[in-house]
Amino acid sequence: MSIERNDQFRPKIVAFCCNWCSYAGADLAGSSRLSYPADVKIIRVPCSCRVNPMFILRAFEKGADGVILCGCHPGDCHYSTGNYYARRRMTLLFSMLDYLGIERDRVRVEWVSAAEGVKFSTTMNEFVDSVKALGKNVRLGDLRCKN
Amino acid sequence: MQELVTRAKALLADGTVSRVLGWKNGDMSFNPEPSFFETEESLAEFVYDGFCGANLSKYMIEAGKRDGKTLVFLKPCDTYSFNQLLTEHRVDREKAYIIGVGCRGKLDIEKIKKAGIKGILKIEGADAELNDETLKIKTIYGDSEIAYKDAMLERCHVCKGKEHMIYDEVIGESQDTCDKERFAEVSKIEAMSPDEKFEFFKAELSKCIRCNACRNVCPACSCRKCVFDSTKFDASKKANTTSFEEKMFHIIRAFHVAGRCTDCGECSRVCPEGIPLHLFNRKFIKDINELYGDYQAGAEVNQRGPLTNFTFDDAEPSIVKERG
Amino acid sequence: MLRIAKDNLTALFREIAKSQSLFLPVKNAGQTNYGIWTEDKEADLDTLKTVKSAKDIFFPQSETLYTCFKDGKKIEIKPQELEKEKFVVFGMRACDIEGIKVLDKVFLSDPVDSFYKARRDHATIVALSCSEPEESCFCSAFGIDCAEPIADVRITLVGDSYIWEALSQKGEELTQSLKTVLIDDADEKALKEEKEKIRNIVEMLPLSDLSLDGFSGDSVSEKFDSPIWEELYKPCLACGTCTFVCPTCQCYDIKDYTTNKGVERYRCWDSCMYSDFTMMAHGNNRTSQMQRYRQRFMHKLCYFPANNDGMYSCVGCGRCVEKCPQGLNIVKVIKAFNKQGGEK
Repeated sequence: MSIERNDQFRPKIVAFCCNWCSYAGADLAGSSRLSYPADVKIIRVPCSCRVNPMFILRAFEKGADGVILCGCHPGDCHYSTGNYYARRRMTLLFSMLDYLGIERDRVRVEWVSAAEGVKFSTTMNEFVDSVKALGKNVRLGDLRCKN
Repeated sequence: MQELVTRAKALLADGTVSRVLGWKNGDMSFNPEPSFFETEESLAEFVYDGFCGANLSKYMIEAGKRDGKTLVFLKPCDTYSFNQLLTEHRVDREKAYIIGVGCRGKLDIEKIKKAGIKGILKIEGADAELNDETLKIKTIYGDSEIAYKDAMLERCHVCKGKEHMIYDEVIGESQDTCDKERFAEVSKIEAMSPDEKFEFFKAELSKCIRCNACRNVCPACSCRKCVFDSTKFDASKKANTTSFEEKMFHIIRAFHVAGRCTDCGECSRVCPEGIPLHLFNRKFIKDINELYGDYQAGAEVNQRGPLTNFTFDDAEPSIVKERG
Repeated sequence: MLRIAKDNLTALFREIAKSQSLFLPVKNAGQTNYGIWTEDKEADLDTLKTVKSAKDIFFPQSETLYTCFKDGKKIEIKPQELEKEKFVVFGMRACDIEGIKVLDKVFLSDPVDSFYKARRDHATIVALSCSEPEESCFCSAFGIDCAEPIADVRITLVGDSYIWEALSQKGEELTQSLKTVLIDDADEKALKEEKEKIRNIVEMLPLSDLSLDGFSGDSVSEKFDSPIWEELYKPCLACGTCTFVCPTCQCYDIKDYTTNKGVERYRCWDSCMYSDFTMMAHGNNRTSQMQRYRQRFMHKLCYFPANNDGMYSCVGCGRCVEKCPQGLNIVKVIKAFNKQGGEK
């Protein structure tokens, strides 16, 4: 077996994962030896509702090609209702990004519980593929962080 | 206008109010400025006409810190902002005496200039009470005319209505100026292709000079310290270094007031570069109305805002993709 | 005398753009601002005032000073290159040109600002006389003649042609390179009449009688302590519109931006209306909006003349008169002091 050189585009993906469900889900994916692309960089947050729309824009500013937010399933939030607020916020933010002509597939929200290692892995694989298909993020992001 | 002055003088004289917040004559016939009048004599300079578009409700935050009551003149749309500030505990109802003033649409000097009218010496027909349908404009280069309606601010074409949402008394009649569909512009953009949308906003936002007038005039932007004023934050308020800075600023500015924005239109009125900033706010309002039910910020005091609320069966964020 | 027909301006722009960059007022999304001319841009010489002044070309709103790259433990510093190419600024009005002279006092006196100097040295300025001054103009109060702006070249609209007058060595050189498009049959008498016409209009302007009596470097403390400021500043929103559209405001802030590979140090216009203006380690020396508001006008009308042989750092372009969201401006300040002086 030889190591193949891979020159194809590798997107930079930021995944915000809530501490109680999705981060544990990612952990489970790891201990179950399920693979997901190394392009995904996880940032652990206490709750999905900790994610301010500014975080998402900042990720894009600094060069992310896609941003995904993972939290507990609605109804399962460790803080009871955090993800309900996050859901409204993200819906409005994504709608605004779409309104500005930003590709819809660059952002996503997915509810992943601590038991869903498989879901975490497949979600990340799917998301990376869809961002890969879109190519480099040229519409959002500071020019000074590129090149 | 005289009625407003007389009433203000009476309220000052009997000690009900300590000062009056209104508009003062400018040095031209189209640039009155917001002003605090402390004495009856100073009210000689009071003016209320078509160019008094400035929303005075935000000044009530400062006025509330002073002793005594402040008499404030609010147009119907301004009362929404006042209610919203009241909901957020930024103004003190006890320290305000609100006179709702009639409004027949406010004028936009930029529209008059865009119509090719230069060298303006005097504008007649802008009085608030007389219902002149045309503005007669004397200029250095001859006399001109423009229909009052054609010179109106964008926000007046989508007016929320003649009713004052909060007041102690109302003086003057208001008129229905609404002749356009409120979300028509937003729908038009939504129907564009992603490339067209992107080009449209790129052209508009590339004009931004980061003067922050839109933020500072906004009655909903009442944070004591804005995140964009932080010295620890890269996307500094002052720089317009790359096109991303403006995008980030305007998305966040609009997002921070989403669900609290009363659509008073001050942001678009004050922008020195004529960027249609209301398109951002109105997009959020449209989405909120469609997804979470009709909501008008400032219609009532102490409503729960749509972003500080939820239902168990709210739409998932993927709806943005699904609805196409 | 040379002239160029209004219809033929595009040919002139094309000719200039062949050899150097050409900055002129261009229309973008309904507003006119200076920008680099290309075939697809809509040049707009009819709008009297661009929203931002031409200051932006010589002293950009944001510019990089140097960049640091970090590679492991090594840091490499890359200085920003200075302007090396010649360029033309076309259609500058008299007030904007005087504004540049104010900036010269600041940036070209010791220590010289090399970024600014490089741009000044490489620029050829083509001035445009104001055929139709507007109500917000008060350049005459500062002794500026908008009928005869002084730069490298001056053009004046007479009938349907712009009459072309080269006024300096640089201007002559530019004229030589444009021989193929300029026509040598302009009517000198008509030009003279046009200038007279403009001067007559200027006298009719509503702000033409503005008096600057009492504003000088000698009246600093008297003006500074005046109670009028407490009244004047009240409607101010503390936005930066007046400073950013002003052709003479020259304050800037230096900031760092963290890129993915290091740090970019840049400067950007600052505004004395902002709460973090001249912020220092101990805090800010101006703690209220009244003080910040006062600073702007004191600087323009008192401090600057005190340090620059009586030269005001206002040129009467009237942009603040047009653009202030709440209708405040320098004219109202001057008038308020004049009125107070009269009552005394």
